[in-house]
Amino acid sequence: MLKAMLGEAWLAMGANRLRSILTMLGMVIGVGAVVIMLAIGQGAQYAVQQSISTMGSNLFILLSGSFTTAGVRSGSSGAPTLNVGDAEAISELEGIANVAPTHQGSRQLVYGAQNWSATVVGTTPPYLEARAWTIVNGAAFGDSDVRSATRVALIGKTVAENLFGDDDPVGKTMRIQQNPFTVVGVLGSKGQSFDGRDQDDTVIIPLSTAQRKVFGTPFLGSVRMIMVQAASAEQMAQAEKNVEALLRQRHRLREGMPNDFFSRNLSAVAESEAETTRTMSILLGAIASISLIVGGIGIMNIMLVSVTERTREIGIRMAIGARQKDILTQFLLEAIMISFAGCLIGLLLGLGVALGINFFTGMVVVISGSAALIAFVVAATVGIFFGWYPARKAAQLDPIEALRYQ
Amino acid sequence: MSEPVIRVVGLGKSYATAAGLFPALRGVDLTIQPGEYIAIMGPSGSGKSTFMNLLGCLDTPTMGDYFLAGENVAHMDKDALAQLRNRTLGFVFQGFNLLPRMTLQDNVALPLVYAGKDKESRRAAARLMLEKVGLMQYAESLPSRISGGQQQRVAIARALVNQPRLILADEPTGNLDSHTSEEIMRLFGELNAEGITIVLVTHEPDIAAHAKRQVRFLDGELVDDHLTGQQTC
Repeated sequence: MLKAMLGEAWLAMGANRLRSILTMLGMVIGVGAVVIMLAIGQGAQYAVQQSISTMGSNLFILLSGSFTTAGVRSGSSGAPTLNVGDAEAISELEGIANVAPTHQGSRQLVYGAQNWSATVVGTTPPYLEARAWTIVNGAAFGDSDVRSATRVALIGKTVAENLFGDDDPVGKTMRIQQNPFTVVGVLGSKGQSFDGRDQDDTVIIPLSTAQRKVFGTPFLGSVRMIMVQAASAEQMAQAEKNVEALLRQRHRLREGMPNDFFSRNLSAVAESEAETTRTMSILLGAIASISLIVGGIGIMNIMLVSVTERTREIGIRMAIGARQKDILTQFLLEAIMISFAGCLIGLLLGLGVALGINFFTGMVVVISGSAALIAFVVAATVGIFFGWYPARKAAQLDPIEALRYQ
Repeated sequence: MSEPVIRVVGLGKSYATAAGLFPALRGVDLTIQPGEYIAIMGPSGSGKSTFMNLLGCLDTPTMGDYFLAGENVAHMDKDALAQLRNRTLGFVFQGFNLLPRMTLQDNVALPLVYAGKDKESRRAAARLMLEKVGLMQYAESLPSRISGGQQQRVAIARALVNQPRLILADEPTGNLDSHTSEEIMRLFGELNAEGITIVLVTHEPDIAAHAKRQVRFLDGELVDDHLTGQQTC
């Protein structure tokens, strides 16, 4: 019986082809808009997540405090208040994934006849994991290199290109501040950071070597900066508090005395950006779904016209034995069929346009199965919801009145 | 004697109007036996259409009882009445009332859709009925392709397809010329000869003359009931 009714619904759609197509158009545009907006929104989210993941997640940095000489304050990192021991103590805390004391600055690099200025970072091995660096060629240096202050270096892609050109840098010796360093590995490319700096224009060397040979240090063991990575986003706030408490205790700061260090959250900016894109894509989706509702109202409108036009047909069907639910099913099926056909076309159209946007503008679009599924479920719901009232109206007609209708 | 197809007892129907209750039918008693061929006559406003709607289970009476094939249908709900119309009754209307978008075969098979029959048995039954009314060659045509008389024969085929206990024909020749009317009446005569009970509503005496029994309504009451050929006062 349902099969026979589907056939009839198909016939009814075909009988008024132009009208069915125009009605469908509402759904086509609605579903198409939802699919396109979701693809663009999710694409933006994906792009932001990509750039966050290159920076490393759940990071905060500790900077050594300032000092004041004759009323002149030095600014952060002026006083040697943090040391390697602090970093080791922090790594013992719960909820901390990686801790890396670092010392960085810009230095001139020399290899053969080439020279190039880059950011030199002196640090310990956990830094690589915290900042999500990968090694594409060669290998990282280890804790033993830090202990014995060996002259080894990891270089970023930009440094490799500018200094070594086509040569394989691994095993070659370059100079930083007149000191020869052996390149042991090349870092995987990360591209631009949030503020537009080239993250690949970097050289990473052991902290001890950096302090003794490159930057110098007021006290052996003191560091300007400690990078800390919490184990998860949820543990971030607690980790920051624990670290602060630990350092105040280690630095023998009494109640009421200000911290002799600064704490900066690096992930907050990135996360707020991610939040913005998420909100944006929800907003886009919400606006697009309004057009779905408008499409649904179009279906209801046409179904109401159809019920009025076919009053006599409804009367005939009732006279020969159609029950109320048979009439209801028939008109509901027609509404759902229009809705589904529109949805299917809209889905294809939306996918086509999304791929077109990606092809012509290079904008990242993410087409997910769940977006398509949502569009379909919504279309079916719209069909049932907006088809229900006209179908019920048809089913509740009085057969005598309906038969008399001209 | 077998059970009557129709037995109505004190059947009445009143409509609410602005001027109060208007009694369209004021207590009618009538019994129709299987195999009868009965014409219901009367001028417009006499209550014959109301009576027809009640007999056709399209409406429910406000008083009295109506036994259709032994079952009291006076107080049944809409869905139960729909099933009765589907299985026990066959309708033939003045305006033919075929569905214009369906082929004749599908039109004839439509009552079987609502009876829940499968596609194959629907097809077989519909073709059998089209054969019976002599329109097999148009099985795949649309109603607009054939004449009014032919359309009415298709409507009769549709009324017969579910093997009803009786056929209700409401002015079946009202839209046909006299020659075609004769053809249709001949078909009714043949069907009755096969034992099918027919109730015919008409206001034309020469059409009513084809029936074996004639009843007459006036002002909501049954005023005359006689066998055709017998003179009444």
